[in-house]
Amino acid sequence: MNETQTATVISAKADNPRQVIEINNLRKGFGTEDVLTNVSLKLYNGENLVVLGKSGSGKSVLIKCIVRLLDPDGGTINVLGEDVCACNHDRLAELRKKIGFLFQSGALYDSMTVRQNLEFPLRRIKKDLSKNEVDEKIKEVLEHVGLSDTLNKMPSQLSGGMRKRISLARTLVADPQIMLYDEPTTGLDPVTSDEISSLINEVQNKYKTSSIIITHDIECARTTANRIIMLLDGEVYKEGELEKFENSTDPSIKSFFK
Amino acid sequence: MKKFNPVIKVKKIAKEQSIRLVEKTIAKTAEAGNFLTNIADVFLFITRVIKETFSRNFEFKEFLRQCFQIGYKTLPLISVTGIIMGLVLTIQARPALLSFGAVSLLPGMVAVSLIREMGPVITALICAGKIGSGMGAELGSMKVSEQIDAMEVSSTNPVKFLIVTRVLAATLMIPLLVIYADALGILGCWGGANIKGDVSFVLFFSQAFSHIGFIDFLPALIKTFFFGAVIGLVGCYKGYSAGRGTESVGIAANSAVVLSSLLVIIVDLIAVQITDML
Repeated sequence: MNETQTATVISAKADNPRQVIEINNLRKGFGTEDVLTNVSLKLYNGENLVVLGKSGSGKSVLIKCIVRLLDPDGGTINVLGEDVCACNHDRLAELRKKIGFLFQSGALYDSMTVRQNLEFPLRRIKKDLSKNEVDEKIKEVLEHVGLSDTLNKMPSQLSGGMRKRISLARTLVADPQIMLYDEPTTGLDPVTSDEISSLINEVQNKYKTSSIIITHDIECARTTANRIIMLLDGEVYKEGELEKFENSTDPSIKSFFK
Repeated sequence: MKKFNPVIKVKKIAKEQSIRLVEKTIAKTAEAGNFLTNIADVFLFITRVIKETFSRNFEFKEFLRQCFQIGYKTLPLISVTGIIMGLVLTIQARPALLSFGAVSLLPGMVAVSLIREMGPVITALICAGKIGSGMGAELGSMKVSEQIDAMEVSSTNPVKFLIVTRVLAATLMIPLLVIYADALGILGCWGGANIKGDVSFVLFFSQAFSHIGFIDFLPALIKTFFFGAVIGLVGCYKGYSAGRGTESVGIAANSAVVLSSLLVIIVDLIAVQITDML
C-alpha cells in the first residue's frame, strides 16, 4: 500500500475513529482442541487490517465467527454497533447484508452462470431494484474486476484467478461496508496474486470499505495492509504497522518476513 | 532376588482388568452417545425443514427448477423401467396362468400388481438411486466448496432455498412418476401379451381396468408421497450434513441411496400393513 493511501486511512481514522468491528476475548474450539483462546482486535472505518498467521492458527475461524458461520464459545463480537452473538436470525441476516465475504475457494455456485451468480445475492439483498438497475449493477462490478466478457460463462469455464475476481464481484454487488477476505491469493500465480492484491486496494478506495484480510502471503500483506495483526497459538501475538513487522527481530515474525 | 508374591500378582491382574472394563464402558457409552446425537440431529433437521416449509417467502422459482430436475429429467429412466416391468411380469406370469387355463386374468393380475406394489416400489427405488444420490452429491459438494456458507452470508436461508424446495419437489414429483410408470407398465404388459398371443388394445385395457378398484389405487398413491418425502429428506440430510473433505461427497451420495432405499421398503411395509387393516 502506498504512502498516500496509508495517509488517507490514518486521516480517516483520526476524523472518524469509529470501530466497525470490535472483538474482545474471543474463544473458539472444536472438540477438545482450542483454536482461538483469547483474541481481541479492532477494525477501524476505512482501513485494511491484515491478519497473518501459520496454517491452522485460526485465521479463517476468526472471520467465520464474525459473520457467525461459526458460533464462538466465548467473548464478544461487535459489528457496526451490533452484538453478533446476541443477534436473532432476522437481525443477523440484516447485518450480513452489510458484510462481504470472499471465500478461499471463491465458492461460486457451480450450477449458475456468472450473471446468475451475481444476480443471486443482489435480488435477495436489494429487493426493490428493477431489472435495468440489476443489469447496470452487474455490468459495473464486472467492469471493475475486468471481466465484462464472462457474463454468460459457467464457473467451470473460468480460471482460478477469474473465479476469485468473479467471487469478489459477487460480494461487491451488494455494496458492503465491511469486506472479509479469506486468503484471497492462495493457489494463484504471483502475477494474478498481485492483481488480486491491487484489486483489494481499489475496492477499498472505490467502495470505501473496511476490510479484514486473512493471509499468509507476505506480498499480499505488503500491498494491502494499513495495519497487521499476527495470530499465534490462538492469541494475538503482535499488532502494528508493516514497518514494525519488517524490522522485528522476533524469530516467529522474522520467519514470515524473510 | 525378588520374591514372587501371588497376592500382588492377582491384585495387579484385577486392576488391569478393571481398567480395561472401565475403558470399554466409556467407549460403548461414547458410541451410544454418538448414536443418540445422530438421532437428535435428524430430528432437528426434519423439524427445521417443516418449519421453513410453512414460513414466509417460499422459493417458488427454485421449487419449479427442482420439479423439472426431478420430474422431467427422470422421465427417460422411468419410461424404460415402466415398460420393462410390465413386459417382464407378463412374460413370467403367462405360462403359470396358461397352465391353469386362466390366461384371461393376465391383464387384471398384472395391472393390480403393478398399481398396488411393483410400480410404486420399483419407481421409488429407481428414484432413490437417481434423485437421492444426486441430492446427496450436489449438496455435499456445495458444502465442501463453501457454496452453502456463501449462500448463508448473502442473507439467503440455505435450508429454505436448497432443502425445502428439493424435498417438496421430490414429494410431488415421485407420485406423478409412479402414475406414469404404472401406465407404461400396463402398456408393456399389453406388448408382452401380444408376443405370444393376440389381444386387442381396447379388450386388454377394459380387462385390466375392470380389476382395479379405488382401494387398489388410492393407498398406493398415498404411500408414494411418503416415498418422495423420504427420498428428498434423506438425500438432502446426507448432503447437507456432509463433512468438509471431498471424500465426504462420495460417502454422502452413497449413504443417501442406501438409507433412502431401505426406508422406502420400510415405509412400504408399514403402508401394506395399514392398507391390509382397511
